[in-house]
Amino acid sequence: MTPGSPPAEAAPPAAGAGRTALRVRAGRFPWLLVVPALIGLAVLVLPFAGLLARAPWASIGTRLLMPEVRGALWLSLTTATTATAVSVCLGVPLAWLLARTDFPGRRLVRALVAVPMVIPPVVGGVALLLALGRRGLVGTYLDAWFGLTLPFTPAAVVLAQVFVAMPFLVISVEGALRGADRRYEEAAATLGASRAVVFWRVTLPTAAPGVAAGAVLAWARALGEFGATITFAGNFPGRTQTMPLAVYLAMQESPESAIVLSLVLLAVSLVVLVALRERWAGAL
Amino acid sequence: MARDRSRGGVPGVPGATAAGRPAAGGGRRRAAAALPTAALAALAALAGCAPVGGGTEGGEGAGGAERTLTVFAAASLTGAFEELGERFERDHPGTEVEFNFAGSSQLAGQINEGAPADVFASADTRTMDTVAEAGNTAGEPVVFVRNTLEIAVPRGNPAGVEGLADLADPRVSVALCAEEVPCGAAAAEVLDAAGVEVAPVSLEEDVKAALTKVELGEVDAALVYRTDVLAGDDVEGVAFAEADQAANDYPIAVLAAAPRPALAEDWVAWVRSADAQRVFRDAGFTTR
Repeated sequence: MTPGSPPAEAAPPAAGAGRTALRVRAGRFPWLLVVPALIGLAVLVLPFAGLLARAPWASIGTRLLMPEVRGALWLSLTTATTATAVSVCLGVPLAWLLARTDFPGRRLVRALVAVPMVIPPVVGGVALLLALGRRGLVGTYLDAWFGLTLPFTPAAVVLAQVFVAMPFLVISVEGALRGADRRYEEAAATLGASRAVVFWRVTLPTAAPGVAAGAVLAWARALGEFGATITFAGNFPGRTQTMPLAVYLAMQESPESAIVLSLVLLAVSLVVLVALRERWAGAL
Repeated sequence: MARDRSRGGVPGVPGATAAGRPAAGGGRRRAAAALPTAALAALAALAGCAPVGGGTEGGEGAGGAERTLTVFAAASLTGAFEELGERFERDHPGTEVEFNFAGSSQLAGQINEGAPADVFASADTRTMDTVAEAGNTAGEPVVFVRNTLEIAVPRGNPAGVEGLADLADPRVSVALCAEEVPCGAAAAEVLDAAGVEVAPVSLEEDVKAALTKVELGEVDAALVYRTDVLAGDDVEGVAFAEADQAANDYPIAVLAAAPRPALAEDWVAWVRSADAQRVFRDAGFTTR
């Protein structure tokens, strides 16, 4: 990791070969890597070129000023930010438990935490509805005791987003905690710092890049959430209709509006990912 | 450099470069080549898949059946069309009917973007018009059934909904279809005609989603098609007089780019036959 060490580190993989196999020889371009890399890049970027090519640039301004669009964008930004805040408050402690403690069934818990990352979001929406809906497992009591019904409210949007986004934060923070040097924590403890002080003053600052990276990922995922939202929170302009839902419904009637909405979502995501990656989230 | 390019750049044969290069480069390069080899193997697998996919789309050589008829149909036709499809296959040996059921607007979009289909059956004339106006239908679309709206309520009708006017009650939570989809357009029309103002809790993306919210008891009522009420679980239908004012005509048309135009004509004739119309009536459609 110190300057000067790279040559020494580069040598072992090529041991026995005499020369370094990993270094690209001068005058030889690594086509074998570049060609598939470029094809891979094209697969990821080309669809957006389609979006740009078909964009109705002339009417883009008036379409963006439509109240439905502003409503959906504002709702998306506020709910995604709220969901990220909730994910940080709940996810960091969860990540700490997974990384720093040992309890029976910890591996199962880790797997459960990651499940929302791989199941289809619409399944998450169905599950949320059956658990927290008006007739759901827990929702029945929320309704009966507190008169609280979650579906079709902005709170349901946030909940759906937390469900799909928090795993990204937990995984990221857990990785950062596992990678951190625990001797600082031990040193702080032997010097008389309490558990809380150690956590706030030592553990958390060490894991900060992981928390930032996880928060950015979670925010981006929350912003793009569609399946769980439309299933659990429904779709009502100004209340539960986020940008992805607006895009989906616009596509049914006016593809041009859908393209404009998509461009906005693309621009917002890109700006945030680029800006944050440069500054805090190098671990992404 | 030049040698490298000629060997590494065999056009369109990624598999060849992956296999050829490590052998030519000697043992030492094997490790460095392992990663791209894996990547290229995946690519070759992808490339290998492509012709197979293309073949299926064309309808030829698709697993056993000699002829495949592709029918794009509104989601509300699912039950009836599947039953009719089985009988059509029996009457036309060697024929396979493949359905693509989805929201009419979505299907129309797919057809206008060049999806390979023989027949399109839409849940309203407005959506069919977008396909006809784009020049993608062969001949005039014909209406083969009609569907009317009904109020779907959870079994036992907990909110005591008796007619359209009850939906305006703020204590009754209502889901409607979004106006972008046919059932939503019909709902807006019927509410407008009846002068009832509803504050829905959600505008669902299609009629089945609206029905599901009723089935789960998340809303007290939803405006859906009569056919969906009949097909739904744990729901009851409340008919209302104003429904006739916004009946949906279902048009069907053979498509201009149909790979199987003759078979497509046969299908259209079949769904308009007396036998088929009976199936539609059983499913809750109105026939003439």
